[in-house]
Amino acid sequence: MGILIDSDTRAIVQNITGTQGSFHTKLMLSYGTKIVAGVTPGKGGLQVEGVPVYDTVNEALNEHEADASIIFVPAPFVKDAALEAIGGGLKLVVIITEGVPMKDAMEFLWEAERSNVRIVGPNTPGVITPNECKLGIMPSHIFKKGGVGVVSRSGTLTFEVCLGLARSGLGQSTCLGLGGDALVGLTFVEALEMFKNDRETDAVALIGEIGGNAEELAAEYVKTAWYPKPLVAYVVGRSAPSGKRMGHAGAIIMGRSGTAESKIKAFESAGVDIAEMPNDVARILRERLE
Amino acid sequence: MCAMKLFEHEAKALGMNFNLPLPRSHLASTADQAREAAEKLGKPCAIKAQVLVSGRGKAGGIRFTSTPEEAYQIAKILLGSDLKGEKISKLLVEERIPTKKELYLGLVVDRSKRCYSILTSTEGGVDIEEVSEKAPQKIVRRDINPLSRLREYEARDIAVKLGYRGKQLHDLASIILKLYSMTVAFDGELVETNPLIETPEGEFAAADLRILIDDNSLFRHPDFQKRAMEMTEELKPLEMKARERRLAYVELDGDIGVVGNGAGLVMATLDMMKHYGGKPANFCDFGGGASSERVSDAIEIVLSNEKVKILLVNILGGITRCDEVAKGILAVRERTGAVKPMVIRLVGTNDEIGRRMLVEAGIESFQSMENAVEKAVELASEV
Repeated sequence: MGILIDSDTRAIVQNITGTQGSFHTKLMLSYGTKIVAGVTPGKGGLQVEGVPVYDTVNEALNEHEADASIIFVPAPFVKDAALEAIGGGLKLVVIITEGVPMKDAMEFLWEAERSNVRIVGPNTPGVITPNECKLGIMPSHIFKKGGVGVVSRSGTLTFEVCLGLARSGLGQSTCLGLGGDALVGLTFVEALEMFKNDRETDAVALIGEIGGNAEELAAEYVKTAWYPKPLVAYVVGRSAPSGKRMGHAGAIIMGRSGTAESKIKAFESAGVDIAEMPNDVARILRERLE
Repeated sequence: MCAMKLFEHEAKALGMNFNLPLPRSHLASTADQAREAAEKLGKPCAIKAQVLVSGRGKAGGIRFTSTPEEAYQIAKILLGSDLKGEKISKLLVEERIPTKKELYLGLVVDRSKRCYSILTSTEGGVDIEEVSEKAPQKIVRRDINPLSRLREYEARDIAVKLGYRGKQLHDLASIILKLYSMTVAFDGELVETNPLIETPEGEFAAADLRILIDDNSLFRHPDFQKRAMEMTEELKPLEMKARERRLAYVELDGDIGVVGNGAGLVMATLDMMKHYGGKPANFCDFGGGASSERVSDAIEIVLSNEKVKILLVNILGGITRCDEVAKGILAVRERTGAVKPMVIRLVGTNDEIGRRMLVEAGIESFQSMENAVEKAVELASEV
């Protein structure tokens, strides 16, 4: 169980022959993820870690059943790879690549919405349902099976929070990164909704950062539709100056919008517990779950 | 990294290719050229400083003249002077457009709807953020479906909502379509004309044009890519150096240098530092899976900021290996002689090896982020 992926998930890897693609295919396989095929145009017929490689997504899907794809293609080709995955009928597409042009992201995100496909990313560390399936590049040893759903806009900071959870004896139902680019697919609101309906999730940790208004929309959602599980929000970037990108393309305060203060205020007014530091997340959830 | 801004004259050169109605203008880099330009235009002129900072008009960067001699005098004052910290090296001498009304027309990226939105208002000429706060009803907004793109009738809808009919309806719709085409062609992150002037005769003219290009798209705009690397106007020297090495680095005001792996983790480090009463000197993220060379590059850039008294390295290794990080730290100490104290937090992949390497070199390291940040703040207050 958990959300988005579980032990039944069967995935393909796009650009499985690249450095990142082949390296992480190996790690995902050793975690137990069912990688059934790889795709790299022009490299059909090869094998990577025992996984057969095809020239096109359609060819791969003619030979194998799959429901998800993980994309490692370079940024200039992400749009086409994502559209190919959507066109092939896959229902979940995880995009690891960072720095996808916004104009490209608009196109495949709208196409995905029209076709009822979930996109996670771009610029995400991926999704992991501990002990079941990992579609991503996160270090698996950090994650433990448990009841906390974790949704975040960053990578390493999520690992920091999960380490804290582990020290408090808390594990994760599913942990996912929404992605650090300015335009990404899956939203906090959608993740909260999925965690709400997941039987294995007892509580949720939301890790946000400056830029955009995804956190404000999540707060609004919690405010209007009462959230039945303990929820803690941790938002970083209080010390970020306006107009500067803080590492992620999406982490930027534009004029007066996208500040950490505005996001924290929104969560407070929705009655959501706020973590000041990474370790507060575990402490607060521990208290709430007792 | 930041979106790439174009100078007004560059934006207008692009706008010409899209047949936007622009005032006639000439670029001048000397006062003599400014006089010549004003003579050629043969009309009252606007002399406009070519700078990238916003709020140019309010800061005195746009002056109006009625004679070529006046243009010469004003150019002499403006050229070489500072406007909000930016040196003026070029002026755009432009014919003055008689004004009946000032409009705003802009294309922005709506992050939550993941599309371009058109923003227009008949309350132009001022900061549009202010208008949207004080009089949101004065703004007409329309989201554009990126798959079907902007349709002609949608542009006419907008013109009608702004109150234009007849020939003006068609003229304005055509300007909206052209601005949209330009935005899409150049991967605009923000494209706006403010003010878009309506003349007493009922004509329109884009008196100002601003373009910000999405820097993730620069690979398909090779001319601008080259420019982006050369452009130093907005970046401090260390930010420039970091950019060349593809490190995410932002300079701040404090005295504790910060290096880490992951944007979120580094932001969290800065926040925590403030919480403990310390002041970060910078944001610096070397990303995932860094080699020891990349680690030492990052540390060297941070340390070369004179304001830095203490260095804090915060690493949670996933695809980043702690032994590589330790190797990078030791390499910097070797090269620079380690005059500034360092506080290291190192956990994750290969952390035991990494910590042992540091201990052998006499460097203490922490496992907890809180302890490391507290220690750095404490040391900074003593130095």
